[in-house]
Amino acid sequence: MIRFEDVSKEYSRGSFAVRSLSLEAPTGAITVLVGPSGCGKTTSLRMVNRLVEPTGGTILIDDVDVRAQPVTKLRRGIGYVIQHAGLFPHRTIEDNIATVPRLVGMDRRAARQRARELMDLVGLEQSMARRYPHQLSGGQQQRVGVARALAADPPVLLMDEPFSAVDPIVRKSLQEQMLRIQGEIGKTILFVTHDVDEAIKLGDKIAVLREGGLIAQFGTPQELLGSPADEFVEEFLGLDRGFRQLTFHSSDSLVLRTGPIVAQGEPIPAPRDDLPWVLVVDSDRRPVGWVSPAAPLDPLVPIGHTFRQGSDSLRAALDAAVLCEAGWAVAVDEHGGAVGVASQEDVAVAIRAARSARRPVLAEEPVA
Amino acid sequence: MSVFNLPSYVQSSFLGLVGIQLEVALGACALGLLLALPIGQLCTRLPWTYPPVLGLVTIIYSIPSIALFVVLIDYTGATYTTVFIPLTLYSLAILVPGVADAIRAVPPEVIDAADGMGYGRMRRYVAVELPVALPPLIASVRVAAVSSISLMSVGALIGNYGGLGDLLILGLHFFDQRLIWLGLITLLVLAVGCDLLLRLLQRLATPWARQRGGAA
Amino acid sequence: MNLFNYLRQFFDDPTYRHGYDDIAARLGQHCEYSLVALVIAAAIAFPPAVATGHTGRGQGLVSAVAVLGRSLPSLGLLILLAVHLGLNFAVAMIPLVVIGIPPVLLYTHEGIQGVDRAAVDAAKGMGMSTSQVVLRVELPAALPLILAGLRVSAVQIVATASLAAVVSFGGFGRYIVDGLYQYDYAQVVGGAFLIAVLCLFTLFVFWLLGRVAVSPGLRRR
Repeated sequence: MIRFEDVSKEYSRGSFAVRSLSLEAPTGAITVLVGPSGCGKTTSLRMVNRLVEPTGGTILIDDVDVRAQPVTKLRRGIGYVIQHAGLFPHRTIEDNIATVPRLVGMDRRAARQRARELMDLVGLEQSMARRYPHQLSGGQQQRVGVARALAADPPVLLMDEPFSAVDPIVRKSLQEQMLRIQGEIGKTILFVTHDVDEAIKLGDKIAVLREGGLIAQFGTPQELLGSPADEFVEEFLGLDRGFRQLTFHSSDSLVLRTGPIVAQGEPIPAPRDDLPWVLVVDSDRRPVGWVSPAAPLDPLVPIGHTFRQGSDSLRAALDAAVLCEAGWAVAVDEHGGAVGVASQEDVAVAIRAARSARRPVLAEEPVA
Repeated sequence: MSVFNLPSYVQSSFLGLVGIQLEVALGACALGLLLALPIGQLCTRLPWTYPPVLGLVTIIYSIPSIALFVVLIDYTGATYTTVFIPLTLYSLAILVPGVADAIRAVPPEVIDAADGMGYGRMRRYVAVELPVALPPLIASVRVAAVSSISLMSVGALIGNYGGLGDLLILGLHFFDQRLIWLGLITLLVLAVGCDLLLRLLQRLATPWARQRGGAA
Repeated sequence: MNLFNYLRQFFDDPTYRHGYDDIAARLGQHCEYSLVALVIAAAIAFPPAVATGHTGRGQGLVSAVAVLGRSLPSLGLLILLAVHLGLNFAVAMIPLVVIGIPPVLLYTHEGIQGVDRAAVDAAKGMGMSTSQVVLRVELPAALPLILAGLRVSAVQIVATASLAAVVSFGGFGRYIVDGLYQYDYAQVVGGAFLIAVLCLFTLFVFWLLGRVAVSPGLRRR
């Protein structure tokens, strides 16, 4: 657990990067510091491993003042991941990852062995172990950076905008990998980003900071989206808060219809008012396309993408329904077989019910 | 001041020597620059020419100046030209890589943007490439100028053609320490003065350039 | 061309094949002076350059020293020292060391400063002490430029080591100086040629050193 007690950082001539920060980042969770440029989030992070020394207040890790031990010893017990990875260009990937274990005295073979284990954890192929950083892509370099930070198995991890310098597709992949890793090893992570979507996706708790390191709001993503503390937080979160909140509602509550599902080869029912579209499935019950009973010979309307009831959120279901030309979403099981369908109106009903009844939300953030 | 009065066996006045020094050394440097510009440009356009040119230039630089002076006496007699030519060659040795590196220092995105905006070749060279290449170029010129001034003094060994270097050799022969110190200190002052002047020039011509220290 | 005649004349002359004036002996002397001067110059220039490169301060001082080193005429310095201190090894070495310092200083400073700032930050953040950051990260990463500085310095020293002959020492400069006094231009040309070849060889040695010592991770520069 990382605790900031009235921490401040003053530079000369009375300018404060951080005025007074008091905050507790719980053990085993990802706490995100998010805010506009210059709000002091990076400075605050760097005060934990004393790359920046606070001018006031105390920082404690598991109730021990960070100043209580020699600074190099402190840092070897904290993982540190930064924006441009900062890999050592003259060392191979595995030697890069093995840096801290070697620093604390592990012998080379054991350290390299550990490095290879970590490469698996972060999703890097073993063949990369003997390569050099300049031969890797930006996304791969970032993975190495994460592996390097985890190598000595530190209880605490500091991450400073680690995924900001890569393109969105790579960023999404890295974020998902991060969540998977956290699921496996459960570190106490302090994460800095300027991207509020990243904060919502990754954070168990989020601190929105304004200039001077002042906390505008500190809470879970749901709390932030549902009840922003003031205009600043609202603006920072942006529009479509309501839509994003749907991420936290499971599609479990959605009632699926099985009526409009028809297997290939079977006759298409006659047109009815309450049956504007019919889903055609193959012999494995996989969805093929939508057909309108009123025009049964027209080409099939594509289904767009599907959703998994239970593990996907209402947001995914709504998106699937909106995306499809027919206006219907298809729910599938783990084999890809259709279990039911829902129209946009059905999803709307589920949304209203979920929000008014305040049904329990999922413990984990589902992938939107 | 009396310290600047030179004995009669020195065949010029003090200021005369300073004048000759600057004329020959800086003239050689200027000629070297003039020649280095097209050669350096060629090296960037045809990259395969760069290694052989670099090799040739290193060879020239490694031949001790005195040897070059001596060899040329056969062809140009014992005159200032004998000193001028090797000095030009040494300046070339510094400036050709200097020009090439300066041109290559212009970021390709900048050239791209200029092309995209519709700059013609010639205008682009004058308005975009040259200004951006100027700071590293002037850094090379500084090195060449300072080296030129300092190297010229060796010319005193082949007769009185070393400019202020004459003072050094004559001071040695006639056991006149004052001359040696005078020569040495004046050479230092001239060289450093040249360096500072060129730095000022660079600062004035390209005030937007980030200040970087001494180049190679 | 006359030059080739002179060269042939020089290399045909048996005086330079055996005895105290032979090419092998002069080569040994020339290498000795150059190596000693290079080592001393590097020893003097290296630590301050690493310090200023690591801290990022002292840029002005570095360039000032570089300019001074370049503008001091080696011949003038040599003469001055000879007049005051007589003809001894130190007098011969000092101008060589002076000329060898600026490249090492400049390139090492530039090399260390140019190491990826993110890598240095990561190294500090991981818990490396200052000396560990310098020794394990900055120096190896800056090695290409450091070697370049040593190379430039070495070539300049080898070329200028001909001056040692002016104060009665040996080396290839002996041929040039003796040749001048004896009006024996074959000797002068021979001496100059040998020095040029030695310079090229020095370049080759450093190229080899680069391939051996520099990490493949830095090779693409």
